[in-house]
Amino acid sequence: MTTTAVSPSLLVDGLAFAYPDGHQALFGVDLRIERGERVALLGPNGAGKTTLALHLNGILTAGRGHVAVGGLPVEKAHLREIRRRVGIVFQDPDDQLFMPTVGEDVAFGPANFGVDGPALRERVDAALATVGMGEHRDRSPLHLSGGQRRRVALATVLACEPEILVLDEPSSNLDPVARRELAEVLLGLGTTILMVTHDLPYALQLCPRSVVIDDGVVVADAPTRELLADAVLLRRHRLELPFGFSLT
Amino acid sequence: MGAGHAHPLFLPGTSPVHRLPSEVKIVAAFIGVVCVVATPREAFGVFGGYLVLLGAIWAAARIPPGWILRRSLIEAPFVVLAVLLPFTAGEPRLEWWGVSLSEPGLLGAWNILIKGALGVLTSLTLAATTPLRDLLTGMQRLHAPALVITIATLMLRYIDVIADEARRMRVARISRGHDPRFLWQIGATARGVGSLFVRSYERGERVHLAMLSRGWAGEMPRLTDDVPTARHWRLGLAPAGVALALAVTGWMTV
Repeated sequence: MTTTAVSPSLLVDGLAFAYPDGHQALFGVDLRIERGERVALLGPNGAGKTTLALHLNGILTAGRGHVAVGGLPVEKAHLREIRRRVGIVFQDPDDQLFMPTVGEDVAFGPANFGVDGPALRERVDAALATVGMGEHRDRSPLHLSGGQRRRVALATVLACEPEILVLDEPSSNLDPVARRELAEVLLGLGTTILMVTHDLPYALQLCPRSVVIDDGVVVADAPTRELLADAVLLRRHRLELPFGFSLT
Repeated sequence: MGAGHAHPLFLPGTSPVHRLPSEVKIVAAFIGVVCVVATPREAFGVFGGYLVLLGAIWAAARIPPGWILRRSLIEAPFVVLAVLLPFTAGEPRLEWWGVSLSEPGLLGAWNILIKGALGVLTSLTLAATTPLRDLLTGMQRLHAPALVITIATLMLRYIDVIADEARRMRVARISRGHDPRFLWQIGATARGVGSLFVRSYERGERVHLAMLSRGWAGEMPRLTDDVPTARHWRLGLAPAGVALALAVTGWMTV
């Protein structure tokens, strides 16, 4: 149960889950992500992507199967450590940034995980510097642009020094420049990343490997370029490259 | 620490009053208001003393009296009741320019007016010199209930988000020809309020998920570790001490 050098960042094994209303969202998902890998999680709406993401930090608990992060199983006993290890960046930064100022928001996570004093300040400074938002520390998230909010949302999670970053639709509502800036930050991190997205070119740019999930099971797991070139597979799972794009 | 966005009751500054830790100011304002309320209403001179004390604090904090007096108009609706008292209360009555006024009613009205006004002015002085965020931090350090602090902190952040959402919904309604002029046309607005509630509720759930994901365990973490020194307390509580002396004087002289 201890973290060893060989434990993958994320191990999902036979994960099944049904919501309390009886709707079965996952039917046995298997997924293994090694340390430092960047993986895109693709699939149509309602495929179970978000449900899977919420299992990774124990917000939802598996009906069957199990999840482990850096060798530590996702169980009630070590939920706190699990939530430190799994950094989820939610789709709407307004949901993620709930404190009155940027600095306080970035400090929220590490403070909950027991960091305080000068160490806390260092964490906040380092995380904001990584995303290029150091000078906005005392501003309200309300007064930032969409791209800046997204980067601050990323900083709030980076400050917890997670084992794996889970990004939910990171490119949604971003203009092309903000989108590129975010990609540059993400590529420079070196952290394990699982990116839930509909944005196939973004997946190709950021993630060497992609996993397609549909109807609650993994239906494809391959290098992103190879996977996006398979027109039949894409069509079968309601995935589509934007107009004008094609891969061979 | 700046609040990030200003509120209309805050007057930015760097005076010694502004720089005092917020919990010191909260305690001082609380003692001040208690003293005002406890002063007998007949001690007219003492109330003048309270006003002079507030004036001195405004001078120290560089708050123009006109700035604070305009904001004290918020008290106006409560004054209505006080104005009625001299006409409606009982005997003995006195004649003033041909109008019959009740003497206990006049005293009662004075009591409400002066204590209300001093209370409002004290609160405004606190608000003018302390950003909202610091007020919350101060309350937290004074051990106010964790749930209250959490709710107030989130309100501070989301009130503008929700107001924005309401504005967008209104624009969407107007863009589709909605033009309510009469009471019976208010249906769409009412449904708008309903859906705004549902949207805010759903946002609340998403924010809760985001908080849990970053290790929230029921209490807002303390993010500043600067503790007020004995000097802060002495400086901040000096006006409260004067107020206490005034209240005691009031009791001795009446």
